[in-house]
Amino acid sequence: MPRFLLKRLGLAALVAFTVSLISFSLLFLAGDPAVALAGEAATEEDIQAIRAQYGFDRPIAIQYMAWLSGAVVGDFGESYYFKTPVMELIASRLPTTMQLGLAGICFALLLAVPLGVAAAIRPNSLIDRFALFVSVVGQAMPTFWFSLILIVIFAVNLGFVPVSGTDTWRHFILPTIVLGYFATPGIMRLTRAGMLEVLRADYIRTARAKGLHPVKVLFKHALRNAAIPVVGLAAVQLGFMLGGSIVVESIFALNGAGLLAFESINRNDFPVVQALILIFSIIYVLLTLLADLLNAWLDPRIRVA
Amino acid sequence: MRTSFLAALVVAAALPLPVAAAGSDDNSLTVAFAREMDTLNPYLNTTREGVILSRHVWDGLVHRDQETGDYVGNLATGWSWVDDTTLEFTLREGVTFHNGEPFNADDVVYTMNFVADPANGVNPQRNVSWIREAVKIDDNTVRIITDGPFPAALEFLSGPVVILPDTYFAEVGPEGMATAPIGTGPYKLTENVPGESLTLERFADYHANGPKGTASIDKISWRTIPDANTQMAEMLSGGMDWIWQVPSDQAERLASTGRYTVANESTMRIGYIFFDAGDRYGDTPFDDVRVRHAVSHAINRQAIVDNLLKGGSQVVHSACFPSQFGCDTDVTRYEYDPEKAMALLAEAGYPNGFEIPFVAYRNRDYAEAMMSDLAAVGITPKLDYKKYAATRDQIQAGEVPLAFMTWGSYSINDISAITSVFFKGGKDDYARDPEVIAALDEGDTVTDPEVRKAAYSRALNKIADESYWLPLFSYNTNYVHDTNLNFTPTPDEIPTFYGASWK
Repeated sequence: MPRFLLKRLGLAALVAFTVSLISFSLLFLAGDPAVALAGEAATEEDIQAIRAQYGFDRPIAIQYMAWLSGAVVGDFGESYYFKTPVMELIASRLPTTMQLGLAGICFALLLAVPLGVAAAIRPNSLIDRFALFVSVVGQAMPTFWFSLILIVIFAVNLGFVPVSGTDTWRHFILPTIVLGYFATPGIMRLTRAGMLEVLRADYIRTARAKGLHPVKVLFKHALRNAAIPVVGLAAVQLGFMLGGSIVVESIFALNGAGLLAFESINRNDFPVVQALILIFSIIYVLLTLLADLLNAWLDPRIRVA
Repeated sequence: MRTSFLAALVVAAALPLPVAAAGSDDNSLTVAFAREMDTLNPYLNTTREGVILSRHVWDGLVHRDQETGDYVGNLATGWSWVDDTTLEFTLREGVTFHNGEPFNADDVVYTMNFVADPANGVNPQRNVSWIREAVKIDDNTVRIITDGPFPAALEFLSGPVVILPDTYFAEVGPEGMATAPIGTGPYKLTENVPGESLTLERFADYHANGPKGTASIDKISWRTIPDANTQMAEMLSGGMDWIWQVPSDQAERLASTGRYTVANESTMRIGYIFFDAGDRYGDTPFDDVRVRHAVSHAINRQAIVDNLLKGGSQVVHSACFPSQFGCDTDVTRYEYDPEKAMALLAEAGYPNGFEIPFVAYRNRDYAEAMMSDLAAVGITPKLDYKKYAATRDQIQAGEVPLAFMTWGSYSINDISAITSVFFKGGKDDYARDPEVIAALDEGDTVTDPEVRKAAYSRALNKIADESYWLPLFSYNTNYVHDTNLNFTPTPDEIPTFYGASWK
């Protein structure tokens, strides 16, 4: 196990480093940051002054080293746009995204897993058809469309929930549903497929033959085995969600990290974009690592591999 | 047209419900803006939202009356030019800042000297680079010395140059001014949730005899909502009283519900096409003035205004916005005439047209309309559509032969904020015409208004005759608000709520 852990950790660090390198160099292809910073009415002198002030005239390799040495201690410099420390900015936006992501994945799991199990118990039944419908619709419907439909019905016409903002927990209901529903189809299909396969296995027949309670068979014997790929997928989905959803955050006016990333790209706000890419990728890498470890715990065979 | 389809859906689905206005009961006003401000500090802010906020929280020495276009006193009650570079102001008495600090000559001197120092990084520098220094004569008299003759001084003093409290500013610095701003304006900022909302409350001790009058609304909730559909949904659900920059098709639908007042007002932003006439890009067909004339005749600007921009937009012919000082609109005009365009092209040696890169960064639909007009006379533009920063970069590097650009002049009602920016030989100047440069130099530095007008007129006529630019149209914006709200939009595209009230 320690060797397995070490190998995975080393791999994770390598991925994070590579991502930082790629993101840093990619951003310099997107136009002159000094022009974006100076604003529309800027004169040539304004732009020159900004170029010198922020050190854009230095070689890229040196700019990268300077950035990386700060980044490892959490110092990502100052946002060009807001003129405040990047870390403060991100720290103020991440909680919203985290709350939403966790709520979203809980919603997705609570909807997808029971539905997937139910569909597997009675394949080709009405409930299986319904599950298929839910997943097809979830996959086919664009997020912005779904968001607006929910707003029109539940916020504008029925007035059950507020349209946008973050003031109360009620503001998070619609975005959670939208974000969670987006992750539902994959999790559900995987649960269903896994359960179908497991339920056909010999040891389930044995368990049933022993006279075990059907519920115990289903959840202790079958679901635990069927859940292994689902854990991996859920972790990946959570990784996506913690990266923030530009569409959901923008439509519901949630001031989260996803919206910040999108707007920062538009504003050529390099320090923020670089920090966010790095943080997102580290979150993602950590979650995949966690999924690996969880799987290893669930399935001893993986530990050896 | 994804947004308008959804807008139709939102409006149609929400129609049956009667909705009460958000704020008429407690005399508050909820407004939405799409963009988050970079900073609340008025001298570092580069967004229009920041300009709007600045008009509410701060005051300038003078104020431009939107109806007459005249300058009237605000923090100053009178002024005169002592010589070409010295403006003397008599200050208003009895004015206080939001924190109780009294306003006097020291505040003006401190502010002017602080912003005039390039080391303090005011952005954009253009707003203040004309100020050399300010000198206190007595407690109520101040002189501002300009860096060379600067006739547009009053325009800047009525807009971006606002007065900060010297004691408070010395204490908290630019960062403090960004987190807890203090001014003399009709509204004081009482809460700031970055990226989400601002709360403004009426300043009870505001100098009521000033040109901004006495504000009526007690409290303004200023929300940041990036998505236009969400803003509309908020309007329809009654959570919002005022939105703006609503696309014309959506505004028409909202108006048809009868619950909202839709006001359309032109803005100072104009669109234009520029040609590589001065050989910056290299050899192009545009080196020949006949080809530039051909393009000018080929594009049906009126049709684009009628079908796409709508509202208060109009075709412009000079390289400036008509209300700007010095903007002579009596220049050579190029009517839509594709036959003539083809004849001119043939004459210039391009009977079968040519292919050319065409750069644009905004309003892709307008760009495409122009491209189809050009295709009709044989010119094949290759559209290169990207973000503003990248576009401007490429333009300044001299890598663009033909582009559709726009300019808002930062709502500065003086031609030096547009024509002089683009035609004085800088990186943005693709014409580099010495005659134009000389005329603009004269206009920018002479204080006699008549001499200025004559100089600018020479420049604008040359630009039009040579078709260095094809000025296209002015932009407009739709304001949508509750029918019970009194609100008057202004052509400077700076909505002000101190004049708004509930019926």
